[in-house]
Amino acid sequence: MTNLQELSISTEAAENVRRIISQYPADKKKSALLPVLHIVQNETEGWLTINTMDNVAKLLEITPIEVYEVATFYSMYHIEPVGKHVIEVCQTGPCMICGSEKLVHYLEKKLGILVGQTTPDGMFTLKTVECLGACGYAPMFQIGETYYENLTEEKVDQILDSLLSATSSNI
Amino acid sequence: MARKLLLELADIPQIQNIDTYISHGGYRSLEKALKKMTPDEITEEVKKSGLRGRGGAGFSTGLKWSFLDKSTDKPRYLLCNADESEPGTFKDRYLMEKLPHLLIEGMILSSYALGSNTSYIYIRGEYMFVLRKLEKAIQEAYSKGFLGKNILNSGFDLDLYVHPGAGAYICGEETALIESLEGKRGNPRIKPPFPAVSGLWGCPTIVNNVESIAAVVPIINDGGDEYAKIGLGKSTGTKLISASGNIQKPGVYEIDMGITVEEFIYSDEYCGGMKDGLELKACVPGGSSVPILPRHLLFRESNGDSRRMTYESLSEGGFTSGSMLGSGGFIVYDEKQCIVRNTWNFARFYHHESCGQCSPCREGTGWMERILHNIENGRGTEDDIQLLWQVQKNIEGNTICPLGDAAAWPVAAAIRHFRHEFEYHVKYPERVFDADHTYQPEIQQTYSLTT
Ligand SMILES: Cc1cc2nc3c(=O)[nH]c(=O)nc-3n(C[C@H](O)[C@H](O)[C@H](O)COP(=O)(O)O)c2cc1C
Repeated sequence: MTNLQELSISTEAAENVRRIISQYPADKKKSALLPVLHIVQNETEGWLTINTMDNVAKLLEITPIEVYEVATFYSMYHIEPVGKHVIEVCQTGPCMICGSEKLVHYLEKKLGILVGQTTPDGMFTLKTVECLGACGYAPMFQIGETYYENLTEEKVDQILDSLLSATSSNI
Repeated sequence: MARKLLLELADIPQIQNIDTYISHGGYRSLEKALKKMTPDEITEEVKKSGLRGRGGAGFSTGLKWSFLDKSTDKPRYLLCNADESEPGTFKDRYLMEKLPHLLIEGMILSSYALGSNTSYIYIRGEYMFVLRKLEKAIQEAYSKGFLGKNILNSGFDLDLYVHPGAGAYICGEETALIESLEGKRGNPRIKPPFPAVSGLWGCPTIVNNVESIAAVVPIINDGGDEYAKIGLGKSTGTKLISASGNIQKPGVYEIDMGITVEEFIYSDEYCGGMKDGLELKACVPGGSSVPILPRHLLFRESNGDSRRMTYESLSEGGFTSGSMLGSGGFIVYDEKQCIVRNTWNFARFYHHESCGQCSPCREGTGWMERILHNIENGRGTEDDIQLLWQVQKNIEGNTICPLGDAAAWPVAAAIRHFRHEFEYHVKYPERVFDADHTYQPEIQQTYSLTT
């Protein structure tokens, strides 16, 4: 798979992409599109450029438009830059009646941004999303692959602080 | 304590490890099924069990399996629906996190019954942390010889993969799920042909919910007849209920569907009653798509009998006074909750999740969201309530897939049972500007219940 190099992703990620493609019949490579986009997006600062999508198309032997239409349909793919940590607050029914609106306001105030925006330092993007399947543990948000549940303002403070300090110690 | 068929082992430490799972009797069904039973005999047991699909529609699993077209040379596929995105529902996640091997065991049995040599678990993309647990468990199952070639020397081969979605409720609809698995947008297909004849890559395909597939394990272990003895009437076996909202103990409970709704809400074994000493106002018993019921209809059927948690009892009275068990997403509202706000919230959800193929759904959900937003924020008129009723009516039944119905029903039920709250918003706009407002019942009701 020569096209894999053009994606400029880590060896481990490339290995994963190979494994995933092998899970579908050889003439049904397109089926690997969703999982491959997840892997690639994780490796490219959390969002997909046109160039990246074109390379995925080549890799899976499909046309670029087939990738674009998928990338724009599903809410987990970002086609614009996002912050290092994307905070996705569940706002649907059960979460709402357990305080998700207050949680969103608290985050807006704390981060000094509105829903849909990214902090000036590029650390956090704040998003509201629809039901994440955590209705019994509301209110909650997801950051990366982690669910943070039964949130209170104190918990939110701790979570954001620990993400900040983890990042600064990485530098 | 009700008998547990699915979650019996859920709280055993390390049960996610295959050795622990095996030491508690896990995977014992395979010897019996793969070596002593034919695929058709398994399907027969599932039929006898009376198991009904746990994904929402409640269609007989055994019957669905018998529709699978076995007359072609094409490969057949079993797809497990782990998309779980219906607001109020989180039981599949619980089951997969707690007992990944139970799902895998069920997938092996079901794949054998259907003759699927490659099966997929389609899981919503946000559950990536669950996907990783499943993949680890699948690796363990391969290393024990429960997956792969010639499983337990039975001659049966099975490869099992997990496929992530990427954030789209519609992909829970079975034909949208298939499209998504083919690497496309989640646009539902027109039926017929049904997946059992032409599904994944044009091959005969069965799609089943996580809980349905897990239930095949106790059915094979104990026999379909034993399974059918649990429950009530045509609601056999046990059901996982995801309980959320303003209750003491939200969470996932495995119940005998014969218990009453009242017991489920107030018993300490389950929801533990209402939170903060407030009264119960309403309940959505089966996920956001099913009609909301006010308290007086929730606990009693129209003949005065206690309402039970069965498919039949929850839907008794039809849409006039009943609801549905649906996916078992049980959302409880206390007296402070605003029904208009909740209805607007759900309408926004469906607008966001409509795939956009069918005009009535694409346009109608947007109309409903905007009208409800206006009413909720004190900018609605009496005519808006009527318009809202018309719009939901024009969506229902006029779309390729049932997402349109799922969007329309909650709106219809809210107007039907809580019209006074809509009137209140229209009449007293200044009282609803604050997002925290509640309906104040002391205000005289001047409406007529026409819908
Ligand atoms: C909009 C929509 C969303 C759905 N979401 C799910 C879901 O998340 N999980 C599920 O199992 N079934 C879902 N279903 C039902 C499936 O189409 C299908 O009936 C089900 O997976 C069949 O499995 P079962 O017979 O085991 O219930 C959904 C249906 C619709 C119309």
